[in-house]
Amino acid sequence: MLELLLYSAIVAGTPLLYATLGEIITERSGVLNLGVEGMMTVGAFAGFAITVITGNLFLGLISAGISAGLLSLVHALMCVTLRANQIVSGLGLTIFGIGLSSYLGKSLVGVPVQVTFEKIEIPYLSEIPWIGAILFQHNFLVYFAIITSIGVYLIFNKTKTGISLKAVGDNPAAADMAGINVFFVRYMAIFFGGILCGLGGAYISLAYTPFWTDMIISGRGWIAIALVIFSAWDPRLAIVGAFLFGCVDALATRFQVMGINISPYFLRMLPYIFTIVIMILSTKKSMIGKKALSVPAALTLPYHREG
Amino acid sequence: MRGESQLYESGFLIDMRSITKSFPSVLANDKICFTCIKGEIHALLGENGAGKSVLMKVLSGIYKPDSGKILYEDKLVTFNSPRQALEYGIGMVHQELRLVETLTVAENIVLGSKMLGFIYNKKKIELEVEQLSSDVGLQVDPGVAVWRLSVGEKQRVEILKVLYREIKFLILDEPTMLLTPQETNQLFDHLKKLTSRGCTVVFITHKLEEVMKVADRVTVLRQGNNVSTRNVGDTNKRELAGLMMGRKMSFSESKFDKCQAGKVLLEISDIHATGDQKRSSLKGISFSLACGEILGVAGVAGNGQRELAESISGLRLVNSGNIYFQGKDITNLHPRRIIDAGISYIPEDRIGMGVVPDLSVADNLILKDYFYSRFGSRLILNKAAIDCHCDELIKGFLIKTPHRNIPAKLLSGGNIQRLILAREISRNPKLIVAVNPTRGLDIGAIEAIHKMFLKQISTGVGIIVISEDLDELFDISSRLIVLYEGKVLGTFDSDRKMIEDIGLAMGGVN
Repeated sequence: MLELLLYSAIVAGTPLLYATLGEIITERSGVLNLGVEGMMTVGAFAGFAITVITGNLFLGLISAGISAGLLSLVHALMCVTLRANQIVSGLGLTIFGIGLSSYLGKSLVGVPVQVTFEKIEIPYLSEIPWIGAILFQHNFLVYFAIITSIGVYLIFNKTKTGISLKAVGDNPAAADMAGINVFFVRYMAIFFGGILCGLGGAYISLAYTPFWTDMIISGRGWIAIALVIFSAWDPRLAIVGAFLFGCVDALATRFQVMGINISPYFLRMLPYIFTIVIMILSTKKSMIGKKALSVPAALTLPYHREG
Repeated sequence: MRGESQLYESGFLIDMRSITKSFPSVLANDKICFTCIKGEIHALLGENGAGKSVLMKVLSGIYKPDSGKILYEDKLVTFNSPRQALEYGIGMVHQELRLVETLTVAENIVLGSKMLGFIYNKKKIELEVEQLSSDVGLQVDPGVAVWRLSVGEKQRVEILKVLYREIKFLILDEPTMLLTPQETNQLFDHLKKLTSRGCTVVFITHKLEEVMKVADRVTVLRQGNNVSTRNVGDTNKRELAGLMMGRKMSFSESKFDKCQAGKVLLEISDIHATGDQKRSSLKGISFSLACGEILGVAGVAGNGQRELAESISGLRLVNSGNIYFQGKDITNLHPRRIIDAGISYIPEDRIGMGVVPDLSVADNLILKDYFYSRFGSRLILNKAAIDCHCDELIKGFLIKTPHRNIPAKLLSGGNIQRLILAREISRNPKLIVAVNPTRGLDIGAIEAIHKMFLKQISTGVGIIVISEDLDELFDISSRLIVLYEGKVLGTFDSDRKMIEDIGLAMGGVN
């Protein structure tokens, strides 16, 4: 029972992990992108449509990443080059992404997808009793999400790219002075953030549900934005946070299956209550000491060189 | 060195011709010419607002000039970004700190450097930085995150940051502002070493001492105009002061009259407090201050000065010990109650803590009083009363501002400090706690601020001046205490004869 719950926590948490990672990268460069929900929807749609047309899952994934990435570049143009308000631009991205996908995806509603991601059982590891069944019998996208998180963590902390990114998000003037191209770094961070959001969306339409419907992301993009704060902009904590939320999600479904008489509306509300509680807790924690400083100091502030 | 300079026809490494740069409402540089010979130390001297920093920011690629041209090794160059200037080996250490707070000292120093591989080795760069810091004689701990450092320590990091690059032309904007006398001398020694290796140095200053001590040539600017360029050997302090101020200055060592102390105003007994670095930064401090007395607090930056000021003003909680003000215990009271009791705090960080930079001059002037009935009813501010009050202060304290409604951040450093003093003094405080009140200001502004303090003590106000400028403390205070690692390491008469003992105490020797 618990085994099954934890297993489905990982399954449900993976799209959140992609989106959270994407948003962490974006925010680390000092740009807030509230378009996560929209980029995920576009990714879900593009991934599904291309897979249905070509019958190739990886072509689907690539187009999911690229389409969401391109959409995020609109945000980059607005916020980095034109220095528009990041909140307005991000919200616009969300509304646009959902609207566009619903419009284009009308004919895909109810269409089955011929291929789906197979479970990959990792040799030896998957045979470990209990843990093996929870952790090592997932599809490619789940493993890839975890590998990506570790990769992002290493890039943040062990590479030149990482300190450049942190510098740009924390003090763009200092970074500029040091010869770092602030605009390029921000564009790249936003673009990669967009790609990851797109993959998160494609996971939902290709591996999780898997079918296409309007509002397929159903608020996961917003949860991801909250998770960024929960994880204190640290990819390691993002893994914990995403799977914790996956667990709440899985619990809600499990209750329904078990026929426990709780209103489905109440259950679907749970993750959001949880979000608020986590936000309160994480600000409390940040009151004491170092945590407060993990917020990129230049978040939401457009940069322009003086003079 | 001079031989090498013959390589260029003009003999100048840098030749800035007729540089004009204006900002909305200010003409910062008006057809300024500036030349630099390879291998020299060139001082750029002038009061605040003379256009020194702007001129050098043009040279380092931060500002684009409105007109004029820059010749580098006799070739016309234009810099569109600091990066381009860096490629020519021109680097600038700024007056304002430009550090990434979340990164470590070492990471800040190597930031953006080409010498850094994609994957970098933390230990290796920390060793490298440690090596550099001991070569230069500026001590820093390379593994510590920058936000944990004091302002003085941060400035050392700034200087190291530029020195780490392969710089041929080094610009320093008021580098000695926060350094101790020993560190200043070490820095000057290093600058001389750098020039002997073929590096050229420009340093911006308003301290005549420094010009005479280290520079080969000096260019004086006044109100955005060129005044003169001299060989330091052919001039003297008096002449330079005259050129800088545009009027003859009397250079007598006139000390102000120090008032006689009255009854006890503030009594601090054995306070302990924790600093931002989570270690105890005040370890049992006790002293008292009398009415009408100025107490100087000396010490190297980061020895508990800021924590002491914040503890008195209620911004930092005291773990143990007591603070008595006029006989009443004010330990750990809410800052508002402490303000109402008559304690004014003039913080070290003018822009960050002293004013709200985006609010207007007028709003900043009533920042501590807007909720009182004389400035409006419960709901609505009385604009007329506020404007009248503010205009009075602007006039009375000679705050140079085009209008009371412009954002405070557009004022120069000296005028922001006048604004803060105007706000604090107009509230008739009984105690003023000032941290580095004249840092970075020109002679005229310093004198004005000192006069304001002395006028205050003549009415029985007590003042604590925490400063790294010993001359300032000698000039205005009647007693000095030295802070070292969170403890009072001696009380001294404010007498220049004591300078050696004080210097030793600042270094931890009792």
